[in-house]
Amino acid sequence: MPKAELLDPQGKAVAGALVRLGKTEFSGVRIGKRFEVTVDRPVDDALLAEVRELAVDMFSNSVIEDVVSVTALREPQGPQ
Amino acid sequence: MRIGVVTFPGSLDDRDAQRAVRIAGATPVALWHGAHDLEGVDAIILPGGFSYGDYLRAGAIASHSPIMAEVISAAGRGVPVLGICNGFQTLAEARLVPGAHTRNAHQQFIRRDQKLRVENTSTAWTNAFETNDEIIIPMKNADGRFVADAETLKRIEGEGQVVFRYVEVNPNGSLNDIAGVANERGNVVGLMPHPEHATEPGFGPDTAEAMSSGTDGLRFFASVMSTLTAMA
Repeated sequence: MPKAELLDPQGKAVAGALVRLGKTEFSGVRIGKRFEVTVDRPVDDALLAEVRELAVDMFSNSVIEDVVSVTALREPQGPQ
Repeated sequence: MRIGVVTFPGSLDDRDAQRAVRIAGATPVALWHGAHDLEGVDAIILPGGFSYGDYLRAGAIASHSPIMAEVISAAGRGVPVLGICNGFQTLAEARLVPGAHTRNAHQQFIRRDQKLRVENTSTAWTNAFETNDEIIIPMKNADGRFVADAETLKRIEGEGQVVFRYVEVNPNGSLNDIAGVANERGNVVGLMPHPEHATEPGFGPDTAEAMSSGTDGLRFFASVMSTLTAMA
């Protein structure tokens, strides 16, 4: 996710669209990214730790983004 | 003097940078992103463009390419490195210069002839300028908004690592109007606008004197050539 203190112009544009749709109870939108990483073996703690390391070092840039969660999905999601 | 220009998949301004090097009187050397070889060049330019289509983040995938391991090690030895636009984003992703880049505040791609103030003239790429010189060179980017946390901003402002600042117009919402920064040592410089597009009369930005006559970018290359002469 973009760091809380940073302007997220994309989120701001979507928040503006919500207002135009009459959805006035939502005061803000912030947009982040989700990465789905596939392996052909069971997910264990070591693998999750490795993915977390990748998430911090490569998938995100710690100057502008925070990693908010790294979890194992039981079933692959989305088209294979 | 041999100045290398790295081509990544999606680089656009590599040939323009080579041409600028040639106009300035040095020899351009084409370097390839996939090689672990700097071919013994004296200085390195990371050019503008959209390496890897700006996927992940602008410059992020390029910053992990084989040549960048060599660029990082050369930068550590004091070799002059200039990152222009996507090259600046790549330097920031590789942590060779402070800060990072996000989408322009107004969400639009922008191209304009941009006035900048040169605030640090002791870097490898700016010593041919006078402090607070105002120059005009083209800029063109979508992810040009320079950001850094408050502590980093304070540090780079205090240490003179802010090399270029936007004047009159802040075109993308960059914090403190920052257009370009250097590493602590001053051999690595990155900026969003394009000095290589302002090196030959007839092909540069408009000036008060004549259309397309601006050549303010030439002094970047003159600077590095005097840096290299002094190092030799």
